[in-house]
Amino acid sequence: MQQSETKSLYKLSECTISGDYQIVDVKGIFADRLYELGVLPGALLSYVRPAPFGFPVEIKVRGQLLALRKSECDCIILAQA
Amino acid sequence: MIDQPLRIALVGNPNTGKTTLFNQLTGLRQKVANYPGITVERKAGTSIINGLLHTIIDLPGAYSFNHKKLDESITYHTLIGVHELDAAPDLVLFIADSSRLERNLFLLTQVLDLGIPTVLVLNMADLTEKNEINLNKKQLEERLGIPVFSISAHNADNVSDFKTFLSELNISMPEPVSWIEHEVLKESSIKIQNWISEDTNIPDSAQKIEALKMISDAQLPDPLFKVSNPEKGEALIKEIYDRLLKQGSNPAALEMLERYSFVDQVLDRSYSQVAKTTQRTERIDRITTHPVAGPLIFMSILLLMFQAVFSWATPFMDLIDLLFVSFGSWVSQTLPEGMLNSLLVDGVIAGLGGVIIFLPQILFLFFFIFALEGTGYMARAAFIMDGFMSKIGLNGRSVVPLVSGFACAIPGIMGARTIENWKERIITIMVLPFMACSARLPVYAILISAFVPETTILGIFTYQGLTFFGLYLFGILMAVLSALVLKFILKTDEKSPFLMELPDYKLPKWNLVFVNSFQRGKIFVTEAGKVIMVLSIILWFLASFPKNDFASAPSNQKFDFDTEESFQLRKSFAGQFGTFIEPAIKPLGFDWKIGIGLLTSFAAREVMVGTLSTIYSISEEDGAEESLKERLKGDINPETGEPTYSLATAISLMIFFALAMQCLSTIAIVRRETNSWKWPIAMFTYMTVMAYICSFIAYQWIS
Repeated sequence: MQQSETKSLYKLSECTISGDYQIVDVKGIFADRLYELGVLPGALLSYVRPAPFGFPVEIKVRGQLLALRKSECDCIILAQA
Repeated sequence: MIDQPLRIALVGNPNTGKTTLFNQLTGLRQKVANYPGITVERKAGTSIINGLLHTIIDLPGAYSFNHKKLDESITYHTLIGVHELDAAPDLVLFIADSSRLERNLFLLTQVLDLGIPTVLVLNMADLTEKNEINLNKKQLEERLGIPVFSISAHNADNVSDFKTFLSELNISMPEPVSWIEHEVLKESSIKIQNWISEDTNIPDSAQKIEALKMISDAQLPDPLFKVSNPEKGEALIKEIYDRLLKQGSNPAALEMLERYSFVDQVLDRSYSQVAKTTQRTERIDRITTHPVAGPLIFMSILLLMFQAVFSWATPFMDLIDLLFVSFGSWVSQTLPEGMLNSLLVDGVIAGLGGVIIFLPQILFLFFFIFALEGTGYMARAAFIMDGFMSKIGLNGRSVVPLVSGFACAIPGIMGARTIENWKERIITIMVLPFMACSARLPVYAILISAFVPETTILGIFTYQGLTFFGLYLFGILMAVLSALVLKFILKTDEKSPFLMELPDYKLPKWNLVFVNSFQRGKIFVTEAGKVIMVLSIILWFLASFPKNDFASAPSNQKFDFDTEESFQLRKSFAGQFGTFIEPAIKPLGFDWKIGIGLLTSFAAREVMVGTLSTIYSISEEDGAEESLKERLKGDINPETGEPTYSLATAISLMIFFALAMQCLSTIAIVRRETNSWKWPIAMFTYMTVMAYICSFIAYQWIS
């Protein structure tokens, strides 16, 4: 976890509470894949719910529902919206 | 007006109704086959529009042109004219799902960069009827600079309107769309395009895309293209990358951000959506992806599917069996006795029957798979199961194929295509034959009823029932263990994501479900069928040659239960094989009779029972199963004077059947689905070795 001056940042994989978040950064091996679905820095992301066993998780970005494994959630950095 | 035959390509995101439109444009004039060497489907066909015969290609669904995923690179390479099989199209029909327009138009911006005449086809599905989408077509046309047509792809009237629209279309090069607003990016991309046209063989149409890809990936283009001055290109990339970084931009994401912001501008006040369908979907998801209710619902659906594949298919299978048996006996009585008669009846017709018999199960399974896929539920099933399955190297999407493996491994292996990740797909295929398929049942049944006591324990269970259950469990356990081992053995370069869309729930398009199921059936019969036929004929040869004269054979070579038939089988190559491998299988408790059965059961596992019946000369009439049971129990080993078979033999044999790869049809379909002999051979080897070791341990331990 990183601390910035104003908001605390965390990975989507550390997220546990349903609600809206702001995407701060998307990086790592799956970034390309995420970009093209509109998971881009600046976009809003709703965390819907995890599957049994914790992963994958269901999220909503740009009106579409997506399922992401942990390795993909690790690529997404969020801030409280 | 279109006045000459064109090559028309259908392009779009996955699941946008592309294939439905393709089916309607081509009718039955289509050909579905794999691209050579890989398992991506190539769908091509022709369509007559206003008297002209156009070629139509349904390119694999893609989200973007940005990476090396096999199907997406086929689409990209075909469009830029570097694919070996198809030349670049004259016209692109870009099919977009109107409820996901932003993401769809993102790919469209990449298609427009290629400078191929393009039509945007908005698939409205049933959304307009519910007034969920508001769209200003004229504004879209102006902003994108291409013609737009909206269609509901499963409505036939609409398709003829669309054909009229196409025939009146003016095909012209589209104006290049300038979607880049970022000054530095615009400037840099032109710089790199200049380098590309000087120092590489990248086709003109791909220059813009490749230039932007070089910036966001910070590396030289795909090795597919020849680069004559890489140092210059690298220096250029580095300079641009650093400049963008210094400026505070994210070079990796910049292109995508710019494309999406262009899409937002295009859609601004020309498109709005009341997300009713999505809201309904989210409400349903609250139940179907619920941590407790979700798995329960999924299990119930699986149970229903299993029931269908297992028992609803049985009457059809019996009917096919009956048809082939009566046809066989008709042929055998009509033709003069002899080699040809035997080859036709026991080789060709029996082999053909052995292929066709699987069709009902395949059709039922794929009917369910495609129907569930069509409702959008399949993605939820994968979502629920992936947490557990990924721990053992499998995928949420492995569950349905694995469960259908209890009926038959073949439809399961074909169903594993829905798994995108190569490694997870291979592991699913490799462990699938451990699921106790229905062909093992007759073998289990006869051995259990002959050798396992009927004693009741704990009031409701019998040892027989428990043994049955134990064999199923044993298969599952072995599948899990093998998957775990394969997870660590298999190496892959492919970093393929799981990432998937959970689409809106809707009613499946039944015609598509039927067409797709029948296509699967056809692929099985034509492609796996060929291999199975050839191998069946070889098996027939092994069991029929060399010819032996029963009547004049010396009596010391005959057993007291011998008839002409059993004598022939025993003296044939198959019989010699049984005797030959006897020393090797003796430690497992098997003798030459079982040895013959092991060979013949390659045609199908249940043939084992028939072979043993032939060896013991049991005729069909006198209750084959009962008497085979008695003969197995009563067989005395002439050397030791003790019963040849015991409980230990039975257990050992059942374990062998549970684990060994004894099914030609499976081998044939694995070859077809993996496109190499490597995997079926690996499968055969590792499963047979495991079977041998486990049977050995079991036999030595029990006896």
